[in-house]
Amino acid sequence: MTDRALSVVRAGALTTVQDLGRPGHAHLGVPRSGALDGPAAALVNRLVGNAPEAAVLETTLNGCTVRPRSAVTVAVGGAPCPVTVDGRPVAWGAAVRVPAGALLDVGAAISGVRSYVAVSGGIAVEPVLGSRSTDLLSGLGPPPLTDGAVLPLGQPAELHARVDVAPQPAPPAELVLRVTPGPRDDWFTPAAVHVFTSRLYSVSPASNRIGLRTEGPALERAVTSELPSEGVVLGAVQVPPDGRPVVFLADHPTTGGYPVIAVVRAADLPAAAQAVPGTPVRFVAVRRR
Amino acid sequence: MRALPVGDDALLVEVASGEEAQALHAELLRRRTEGSLSVREIVPAARTVLLDGLTDPARLASELTSAEVPPAPPHARDVVELPVRYDGPDLAEVAAHWGVSPHEVTRIHAGTEFSVAFCGFAPGFGYLTGLPPRYDVPRRATPRTAVPAGAVALAGPYTGVYPRSSPGGWQLIGTTDTVLWDHTRVPAALLSPGTRVRFVPVGSS
Repeated sequence: MTDRALSVVRAGALTTVQDLGRPGHAHLGVPRSGALDGPAAALVNRLVGNAPEAAVLETTLNGCTVRPRSAVTVAVGGAPCPVTVDGRPVAWGAAVRVPAGALLDVGAAISGVRSYVAVSGGIAVEPVLGSRSTDLLSGLGPPPLTDGAVLPLGQPAELHARVDVAPQPAPPAELVLRVTPGPRDDWFTPAAVHVFTSRLYSVSPASNRIGLRTEGPALERAVTSELPSEGVVLGAVQVPPDGRPVVFLADHPTTGGYPVIAVVRAADLPAAAQAVPGTPVRFVAVRRR
Repeated sequence: MRALPVGDDALLVEVASGEEAQALHAELLRRRTEGSLSVREIVPAARTVLLDGLTDPARLASELTSAEVPPAPPHARDVVELPVRYDGPDLAEVAAHWGVSPHEVTRIHAGTEFSVAFCGFAPGFGYLTGLPPRYDVPRRATPRTAVPAGAVALAGPYTGVYPRSSPGGWQLIGTTDTVLWDHTRVPAALLSPGTRVRFVPVGSS
């Protein structure tokens, strides 16, 4: 095997390969997938001189440890965490040179959920429908990282990054999600619609790449008949029979049979990806643009 | 027809029937092909078509709700033939629902031309319509934890073929060896919305 590769020493709780995802296939039942915190993934790619579509690693809560077989430039962003190379602390949120065979450890998140690791050249696993993203709903793309796995790397770009450090937003202490109502807000009682945008919810530990699940007051339906399956968008707030809103994230199913009470603004979803279980959540109604 | 806004850049267009949804879907695909509609996703479903990634959803909404949608062109695409062994464990139960013999289920099912109304549930899983409403069947009371890949199954007004092994609550009437989904193939999905399908009975191997 070529030495443009990364050995996985510690896969962590859940580390996946992510890029911009595979939008455009929803009519075939294929989720869009892609990095949940898109701006963080874009930033670490920029720091190492990668193109925006290069694939990065997305960790979950406790990071991962990898060993590049050749010298590479890496950058870690998203959820803040300690980063070491062969045990020596190096900068988070900055381009760092890692010698061939050195151990890069991405530690547990100090705050937030998902750290992003860009490697110069990008993770070069075989694309599926134009994307290298792991899709946890339908199993497309590479499987989540396992200890001992080896990931191929692409050729680094000729040009180098123009920035070497960049500011990143802190993970939210309170998650404020701006929502536009509908398309099925009329399937809920007026009281439920009021509760949804006025009471406090919190992030459920059952959240994953498919959806941000919440705990809080149940939303009562006005229409109790079954909704025929219909297409759903990223950020849709679906309300399953237990009445607790679920915000659809990148690996969401392309159609759903529970009513969508509102849709979260796309700009607010990266923060949702970084909200740890227990984080208070407020849904704030805004006017459609 | 109602066009419901979804977030800032999507529309859910709701119509009265599955046939209207298929006609609307065909019309929207035609507009996209001719270049008069710019959209990232067109997702048909049971009685709706979702349009995602629009630049001016409000304008399209008012335009669509006043538009005449022609019926779906009847023979726009070739028929995909799926060889099937009618050996499913729920064949007798489906026969009981239909009030006919298992052999008659086979004859009716194989004598029907289906079309893919929409996809969902898993990549390459099509919801096929074509059977008259009197042949609707309920889902199984208890879903199976594993339905094998290639299982031909019925639920409600739909026929479906499981692209890969997964849990499922549909009534299994047969099996096909045809590969429904292969991401290394172009196209990856054998069935996409609008595809016409016939099931061709073959003997048990």
